[in-house]
Amino acid sequence: MSALRRPLVANWLWPVTVFGLLAVVPWLNFSIPKIFDQPVSSPGTLALLASCLVFGGLALTYDIQFGYSGMLSFGHTLYIALGVYLSNIAITDWHWSFWPAVLFTMGTAFVIANALGFVSLRVSGIAFAMVTLAFAQAGSVLALKDPHHWTHGEEGLGADYTKLPQAFVGIFNTKNLYWLALAFMGIVFLVVRWAVDSSPGRVWQAIRENEQRVEVLGLRPGAYKLQAFVLSSFLAAAGGIVYMLLFNGSTLSVTEPNFTLTLLLMVVIGGAGSRWGAVIGGILYTYLNNRLIAIGSSSTVEGLPHAVRTPLEQPLFLLGIVFILIVIFLPGGIAGLARRGGPSGLRRLRQALAGGTSAAGPQEDA
Amino acid sequence: MSTFVLLTITGIGLGAMYFLIASGLSLIYGLMGVLNFAHGAFITVGGYGTWWTSNHVFEGIHSNLWRWLASAGLGLVLGGVFAALVELVLIRPLYSRHIEQVLVTVGLQLSFVALVSGIWGPDPKTFVVPAWLHETTDINGALIPNDRWVEIGTAAVVLALLQLFLRKTRYGLIIRAGVENRAMVQALGIDVRRAFTLVFAIGGVAAAIAGVLGGVYFNVVSPDQGTSLLIFAFIVVVIGGLGSIGGSAVAAVVVGLVQQYTNYYGSAGLGDMIVILLLGLVLLVRPKGLAGAVVGGRA
Repeated sequence: MSALRRPLVANWLWPVTVFGLLAVVPWLNFSIPKIFDQPVSSPGTLALLASCLVFGGLALTYDIQFGYSGMLSFGHTLYIALGVYLSNIAITDWHWSFWPAVLFTMGTAFVIANALGFVSLRVSGIAFAMVTLAFAQAGSVLALKDPHHWTHGEEGLGADYTKLPQAFVGIFNTKNLYWLALAFMGIVFLVVRWAVDSSPGRVWQAIRENEQRVEVLGLRPGAYKLQAFVLSSFLAAAGGIVYMLLFNGSTLSVTEPNFTLTLLLMVVIGGAGSRWGAVIGGILYTYLNNRLIAIGSSSTVEGLPHAVRTPLEQPLFLLGIVFILIVIFLPGGIAGLARRGGPSGLRRLRQALAGGTSAAGPQEDA
Repeated sequence: MSTFVLLTITGIGLGAMYFLIASGLSLIYGLMGVLNFAHGAFITVGGYGTWWTSNHVFEGIHSNLWRWLASAGLGLVLGGVFAALVELVLIRPLYSRHIEQVLVTVGLQLSFVALVSGIWGPDPKTFVVPAWLHETTDINGALIPNDRWVEIGTAAVVLALLQLFLRKTRYGLIIRAGVENRAMVQALGIDVRRAFTLVFAIGGVAAAIAGVLGGVYFNVVSPDQGTSLLIFAFIVVVIGGLGSIGGSAVAAVVVGLVQQYTNYYGSAGLGDMIVILLLGLVLLVRPKGLAGAVVGGRA
């Protein structure tokens, strides 16, 4: 798709409008009943929105590997956990000040991503997924083991708030955290936009489509895949630092394999290989995951019989089912539905329901 | 010395469970190219199926041994049926789309764990087993818990049965040929799809056995037990070579032993790290794993 064929205005108008609207949210002093419990500008709602935005950005970092380069990693959370833990360890355990800790974390993430990326990219496809899973598991074991009493194992490590920038500390500063989360998502969005349209970015997408063909053209897919892997991991570590600030510290949940699987769910639900898709998937998933718990314990649900209530109280059960249905019936996710337009998307859905595999596209059973 | 014997037997016992999970994963991957995350759910079906039927179906049986065997037997049947259904309902519509198949199994695994903890709670459950399983046998001064023998024995029987099935039966032949070259098997006019459902059922039963034995080994079954066993089974499959039963068996024992030795002689958790390092090493030296993709061949 050449730049000439796209209207110049729409190219930047959409993102600027959306991010501009999101930026003024902390000043909106009204309530939206049912959607949010508290007024939009209240710290509670802003904290929820901020975590939605962080996950939007994190999902997009995952999409660089999965959606754009066709690499299925089950260990992306290793780099998020690196950002969450290492920055916090430097600040709280080593008493560093904030910015050196950030620089050190990002530098370490870059080195580790290069080293582990090099080893894991010796294999591809499913074996790559398993190897990345194993490395992430190693990180998880390390955090649980609590070396030198740095990570505090299962307790988690609360951040030393005296060392953090004061603008990000305390409930009155939730709006700053919100803007920080928005800035993170915006930066990832811009970087991804620039990267996937650059010439290596095009090679990533070519590798996703057909790695052999790229090789035949005389390019070395390995080097390009490593590039995508490192960029995605580096941005994930940056997201980890934002996550640490937002949640005031580090807990083991970010190190666990399920955290990566959650990102995978977000990206696929939103639409893999689409910037808006990944972002929307991350935001929507995080919102639903938080709100469904509230709905599950609400009075309307409490009146329902046990067999109906139990699944409703488990957001992951419902989101997992939605995810499976999207994989089978709507391969492009929400973004794909929007791109095809509502009616044709529905037609596709009907076809899929009627014909079983007709939504599968060209069959190449091998 | 007695500690060393205890660690060795326990390590092989742990390896036995890894093998039971890895064998199914490896066959499914070798034949269909699917990394089956839902294997964790099969483990859970085995463990919880045994726990539930032990308390709701066979609670009248007085002999603990028979009560355990009957409920475990039903647990295995449930595991096999569940696995076959997963293949028919979720995997079959996505044939030849390997990544999507993996995604579906990931979604199933996450939903299933959430559902199980929603219905029965996140807390661990215990089921009735014969008392002698928790007693110990004195081997040269080492007190070996009896359940280790059951785990090792069961895995050995499963390994032997699988090898017999793969080498001596027609379906075994089709599966072995399918792992080598699926397109060629289809070109010869053989419907390889039935073999797909079959390997899923076999893998489901083997994983359910691991679920039952895991309930004995750890004394409890819990919703996320399957997931934690699954990760090491993945490592075993990669080290052993995707598609190789013999390779899985060797790798499972190696991983189990390394974990036990280093967790004891080193420090807790070190064993897990060493196993992961081992995986990195194998990939650097032999990216195809110890045995390559030969089912029932070189072990």
